[in-house]
Amino acid sequence: MSNNRSPKHPLDNILRTDRIPHIWCPGCGIGTAFSSSLIAIQSARADLTKTVVVSGIGCSGRGAGYVKLDSYHTTHGRAIPFATGMKLANPELTLVVFSGDGDLFAIGGNHFLHAARRNMDLTVICVNNFNYGMTGGQAAATTPNMAKTSTTPLGNPELPFNLPLLAYAAGATYVARWTMLHTRDLTQSIGEALARRGFSFIEVLAPCPTGYGRRNRQKPIDSLKIYQEKTIVKNGANPAEVILDFKQGITLGKFVEYDKPTFSEAYERICRPRAS
Amino acid sequence: MNGDSACAEGALAAGCRFFAGYPITPATEIAEQMAKRLPEVGGVFIQMEDEIAAMAAVLGASCAGTKSMTATSGPGFSLMMENIGLGITMETPCVVVNVQRAGPSTGLPTLGAQGDMMQARWGSHGHYEIIALAPASPQEFFYQTITAFNLSETYRLPVMIMADEVVGHLCERVIIPDPSKIRLQSRPRPKGRKDRFKPFHPGSNGVAPMAHAGEGYLVHFTGLTHDEKGYPVMTAEAHSEMVSRITEKIRANLSKIIQVEEYRLEDADVALISYGISSRSSLAAVDEARQQGMKAGLLRLVTVWPFPDDAIRELAKRVRCLITVELNLGQIHMEVERCAGGMAPALLVGHAGGTVITPAQILEKMLVGSGRG
Repeated sequence: MSNNRSPKHPLDNILRTDRIPHIWCPGCGIGTAFSSSLIAIQSARADLTKTVVVSGIGCSGRGAGYVKLDSYHTTHGRAIPFATGMKLANPELTLVVFSGDGDLFAIGGNHFLHAARRNMDLTVICVNNFNYGMTGGQAAATTPNMAKTSTTPLGNPELPFNLPLLAYAAGATYVARWTMLHTRDLTQSIGEALARRGFSFIEVLAPCPTGYGRRNRQKPIDSLKIYQEKTIVKNGANPAEVILDFKQGITLGKFVEYDKPTFSEAYERICRPRAS
Repeated sequence: MNGDSACAEGALAAGCRFFAGYPITPATEIAEQMAKRLPEVGGVFIQMEDEIAAMAAVLGASCAGTKSMTATSGPGFSLMMENIGLGITMETPCVVVNVQRAGPSTGLPTLGAQGDMMQARWGSHGHYEIIALAPASPQEFFYQTITAFNLSETYRLPVMIMADEVVGHLCERVIIPDPSKIRLQSRPRPKGRKDRFKPFHPGSNGVAPMAHAGEGYLVHFTGLTHDEKGYPVMTAEAHSEMVSRITEKIRANLSKIIQVEEYRLEDADVALISYGISSRSSLAAVDEARQQGMKAGLLRLVTVWPFPDDAIRELAKRVRCLITVELNLGQIHMEVERCAGGMAPALLVGHAGGTVITPAQILEKMLVGSGRG
């Protein structure tokens, strides 16, 4: 029909372009977190056919549907155990779990803890938008205290998880937190996670103007200002001290990185009878 | 060996190389046997944090190309239901064993029942077809595990083995045949250009070839309603097409899937219908009834789902009455009644579980059914 096709986007060969437009709202931060993930994935392995993206349910969970790799969009909360089975069945695969805070830390919280404890060789990227966006903005396990959501109309009476602390305590061997504004650091972190063995966890803070922002007087630009003005990068910070408070400040950085045997390494050594 | 161990050996003989599970009475021995045996044959065993995770891991492993299974009992079976639905929608082969104990809820953990038969059929939400087998002995548990893998691979869906505590814990002689004597099936696999491959485009028998993660087909699998490319499509038309496909691949192959066994039915006018441990009490009852001069027979359901409608209908036409024998208060009985359609009265011998049904209890009902009681 037309000869002036739009120029090829640098991520086109890793995107299912026939599925665009995506479902994410204007001002949503998932797309930026997703782009960073794709840039990191693209340069992590020469053979991209061995990289698999698994996600659960929710806005971030739709990521698996847009990436032109083997991709599995599973049930709510169960991306991590699905990816666990896949990794154990074919250790050659690089497994990336890309999902949201509700999926990974409320309904799927138990699986996160145990995969971290086992040091399962997975890279888990959690887009934390502080609420359930897909269902219209309900309170999550990450919603700040007193924040308004459709299920906490007078303010959230609960306190949120501190995800990096939780990941570290459970046994994750790589833990970082960035915002979708810190795309270079984020991309670098995801790249580091993909290059190493063991359970790597990266939290990405992202605005949800439709679900969270409009009830809490936080327009997308306000969120970005917070990410720019209230954040402090402290690599190697004690995970118990990495605060996340829109007023007091937000600690970002790579907090944890150390080696210990992965599940598969320990299984091979201990459970597999030695060839005599 | 006991039935649970026979099941594990059957799985290994079928080529199962991944087991994810969670301890639960009376199925734990299957996990224990797999924990010991899988690493010896190059497989992987993992004890997950719950049965939800176990079922998810089994699907993940199968999507990576490994024959996979899990084993549980009632409470764990309930937790697996959502991911069983994912397996049905993603058309992922795997085997789910339920060594049934008496429910509802925690119920009688150490005592047998057959109360999950309808849950096996309809436990996950939505409309679908399922395949479920019911072993009556440890030896049959061994063979049915192989059959379950073959059916799951052939038709690309989770296949259930609905055992019971008695068969699971019963110790009997089990003969493990030479591997060359065992016929194994594998899932259909794609051929041709990878970039043109549509992961849910059915082959001639209604089953689509399956590409595995890491093979370069760049597939997308989702639990959402999807088209032949695997892409989500949120319309009633796409949904109808997808549900038709995943139900028709079973409905169109009923004669290849359904297995029943007839015992002394040729001239029978009282027909028992039973499965699992209850079918063994039924066998004894048929022999006893014959000795008493009653024309009795047994139709044993080897596969319970899909239900053998035709076999029951045919039987209902020529007998005086049908009696279902099962360890619940009438689940398969309702199916028998439906198929009998008034052609013959359908009676039930059943209780809520906790002990086997005795031949004497069955005989009593047979006397009523034959008009002698």
